[in-house]
Amino acid sequence: MGYQLSRTTADDIFKQLKKDYRIFAPMVFPGEGCYSDTDVIRYGEAETLQDIEFERKSDYSFKEALFPINETLFYFTEEETSVPALPDKGILIFLRSCDIHALKRLDSIYLNNGPEDFYYKRLREKAKFVLIGCSSTCANGFCASLGTNQTEDYDLYLKISDSTVLADCKCEELAKYFADAPKEDCVFSPDYAAENQEKVTLPKKLSVESYKNPVWDEYTSRCIGCGRCNFVCPTCTCFTMQDIIYRDNANVGERRRVWASCQVDGYTDIAGGGSFRKSQGERMRFKVMHKLYDFEKRFGFPMCVGCGRCDAVCPEYISYANLINKLAKEEPCE
Amino acid sequence: MSLDINTKKAKKNAFRISKERGIGASRIRVPGGYLKAEILGMVQEIAEKYGNGIVHLTTRQGFEIEGIQLKDMDAINEMLQPIIELLDINQAEPGTGYPASGTRNVSACIGNNVCPFANYNTANFAKRIEKAIFPNDLHFKIALTGCSNDCAKVRMHDFGIIGMTMPQYDPSRCVSCQACMKGCKSLSVDALRMENYKIIRDEEKCIGCGVCVTKCPTRALTRSKQKYYKLTLMGRTGKKNPRLGQDFLIWADEDSIVKIILNTYRYVKEYISPNAPGGKEHIGYIIDRTGFAEYKKWALEGVELLPETIMKDNLYWGGIHFDR
Repeated sequence: MGYQLSRTTADDIFKQLKKDYRIFAPMVFPGEGCYSDTDVIRYGEAETLQDIEFERKSDYSFKEALFPINETLFYFTEEETSVPALPDKGILIFLRSCDIHALKRLDSIYLNNGPEDFYYKRLREKAKFVLIGCSSTCANGFCASLGTNQTEDYDLYLKISDSTVLADCKCEELAKYFADAPKEDCVFSPDYAAENQEKVTLPKKLSVESYKNPVWDEYTSRCIGCGRCNFVCPTCTCFTMQDIIYRDNANVGERRRVWASCQVDGYTDIAGGGSFRKSQGERMRFKVMHKLYDFEKRFGFPMCVGCGRCDAVCPEYISYANLINKLAKEEPCE
Repeated sequence: MSLDINTKKAKKNAFRISKERGIGASRIRVPGGYLKAEILGMVQEIAEKYGNGIVHLTTRQGFEIEGIQLKDMDAINEMLQPIIELLDINQAEPGTGYPASGTRNVSACIGNNVCPFANYNTANFAKRIEKAIFPNDLHFKIALTGCSNDCAKVRMHDFGIIGMTMPQYDPSRCVSCQACMKGCKSLSVDALRMENYKIIRDEEKCIGCGVCVTKCPTRALTRSKQKYYKLTLMGRTGKKNPRLGQDFLIWADEDSIVKIILNTYRYVKEYISPNAPGGKEHIGYIIDRTGFAEYKKWALEGVELLPETIMKDNLYWGGIHFDR
């Protein structure tokens, strides 16, 4: 259930929304891919609907809109500290079903895991979510296997074409922008990928014994520890702290939190020069066990949402989907 | 019946006169070494009909169809026509074969059509140069390579074109993982360091190879929209003084390079030795004679370099001297 609007009307509504919201959406950044004359699809602030990439899945996830890659926590001088202000505007995030399921994981980590995270919370409270449907499956995703291919938890669903736009608005605050616009009632439900090419079975019997599984070993030589799988993942939430001391005045500076990766050197370094997980195989084990075992034990559902971004980005062609299928396959049948 | 062949004309028509009486070879220039596979079938057909069934893959990315009868040159030229058209070779009169052969095939590494390290499309730039300079019989050797690895050995050419990119850094996307620094140190020139957890690029040292960009896992480092090139000059092989080409322009643009090459043809016409055997003299020897300053004056005529282009005032070549 929703409305059908003309594209021009939708463009006008977007203009109105821009006045009150910072709009984060997947956008094509031409020539900014890893290799010469390749593009990257990542989140940026969209100025018009035209800027948004509705067809192809973004290489990097929406999480940077709520969990910035670099976030200044506070500035310090000799006497005092101050927390940076946030822009008054609200935040509107365009994202897919898998991503909305990932949002639940981010919330679990930052809001329902002991004390609430002040910085996440203040961004999260400003945010509204606009669902982009998936008219067909992407190449690497396995959302259907994990039940993350559909969602009802959106504020607005938009299906865009050159001439018309279908909109389903569940949020009162956003409904105001549609109130006076010319529109027709229309019955539809969001597009979703009913099936994927990639199919995954989750292992059910992981335990601390899985530590000894030789399955991890091959990644010691295959993985290069670049961390791309973590950085593109919509559910990875690790960060590290950095204190920046201003060059001209060593008594003044700022503390930032910055994305961290369990695959990159330094993640488990401790004072005195120790490091817990040295080999990439151990790091892979840690990542997969966290996604499939530790997280579920704590929150009651698996962490991975099957967006497949890690498999799509890995320069060494390591497939997380294939690894979990391997783990499931070696479990004895019931 | 005796053969009566103008060998000088035949050579300029891209035929080789072989050591065996009456037998030659047909040479097929492939700009940038990038061709549609159907051309291979056409080469095979000529080799089997008029040659001895053997084809040599030349050092400059062409084909040489071996064992042809010199009397068949006209018939072969007709069969070359579809190849010449597919390769978009400048030609005055259809059916007459390659119109020149003195200027050598503009060769190139595979470039960014395929290679992750390349900073531009080498084949397209090679074709652009081909269109600008051919037909021409002056002895010019030009090669293009996608990055500073120089797989195309462009420093052994009169003109060497090396792809560069000016790394663009967005500190707000940088996670201090140091992949760029480690990559630059192990694969390139160690031009990156870190201060306050962010990357600082030594602009004097950076060679624009793009390794940092390919290593960056977050797109904090990306390529410049402007494509840049290093132009190296007057490398050569040969009997007298083989030497590597020296950097002339760094952070140059495509248009300037094409103009400089065209200007060099004018310069060579003015200063080539009247006694040059077969009208062929390596440009480098001409520059050795006139001095680099005179060459530079000609080369830069009408050229508008980018503000960021670094130009070397003078070039000093070394190499091995067998001639003194």
